[in-house]
Amino acid sequence: MKCGVVIFPGSNCDQDCVKVLTDVVGQRVVTLWHQETSLQGCDAIVLPGGFSYGDYLRTGAIAHLSPIMGAITRFAHEGGLVIGICNGFQILLESGLLPGAMLRNTGLRFRCKFVTLRVERTDTPFTNRCQPGQVVRLPIAHNEGRYTADAKTLRSLQRQVVFRYCDVNGDVSEAANPNGSVENIAGLTNTAGNVMGMMPHPERAAEAELGSLDGRLIFESMIHAAALR
Amino acid sequence: MKAKVYITLKPGLLDAQGKTVKGALEALGFKGVADVRMGKYIEIELAHGRAHAAKQDVERMCKKLLANPIIETYRIDLKSS
Repeated sequence: MKCGVVIFPGSNCDQDCVKVLTDVVGQRVVTLWHQETSLQGCDAIVLPGGFSYGDYLRTGAIAHLSPIMGAITRFAHEGGLVIGICNGFQILLESGLLPGAMLRNTGLRFRCKFVTLRVERTDTPFTNRCQPGQVVRLPIAHNEGRYTADAKTLRSLQRQVVFRYCDVNGDVSEAANPNGSVENIAGLTNTAGNVMGMMPHPERAAEAELGSLDGRLIFESMIHAAALR
Repeated sequence: MKAKVYITLKPGLLDAQGKTVKGALEALGFKGVADVRMGKYIEIELAHGRAHAAKQDVERMCKKLLANPIIETYRIDLKSS
């Protein structure tokens, strides 16, 4: 799988993604500057975490107008694999590639900690290496992670929800919700299933030294899906 | 022309900042603060002087970028500068 990691001004998780994709799961990786308009034949695109454009106006609002996003939107509409992590998720929401929006966390706290997530779907290109109902442990680090959508959208996207914040037993509860996201939603895909956004950081949990290997499942799932194409 | 754009979270959405500021005002002893909603205020200087065209431009700016219609509402005040 040839993977493109996009760098916006203010991205800060791009090199973590590059490291995991190259050294941990052994893939070819190119970095794509936000001003570029070609995806260089990549099989998958990663929008990494960070604070693109300093979170000015709204998280992801300026980045979604970058030249590279035109190419990524076309790639996504053609069925290409796109994953947005944290700020990358926010950019996908602002671009309309995923439904809904992000609000400031309830409690006004920047949440930086490990959380547990219940895997709701294993038939996606991003979770095919997971078990149904599996509880994975990944870190979050965000100030604007309160996912929201209007009632009609929320009803329509139930089958698109991939991860929900849960306790260690897999129970989805208010106590396990770190940011006030509606229905504990931590990650979801588009209707076609080829675009996913998630607030937790799989690239920060793909090596034993970092306290969890669960993040590898996401990248290994993408490799598996790309190989089948 | 000068456009003043006021952007606020839609009614019904929890405004965590506003709620916290309300709590702080109450802690200072201000009684009777029923609600506080935080928002953004943007001033835009427009080169052309025709009010109707300017209003249309700013409306489009709000819809395309300045406000996110999923979570926010906006109000535009237009004045000749």
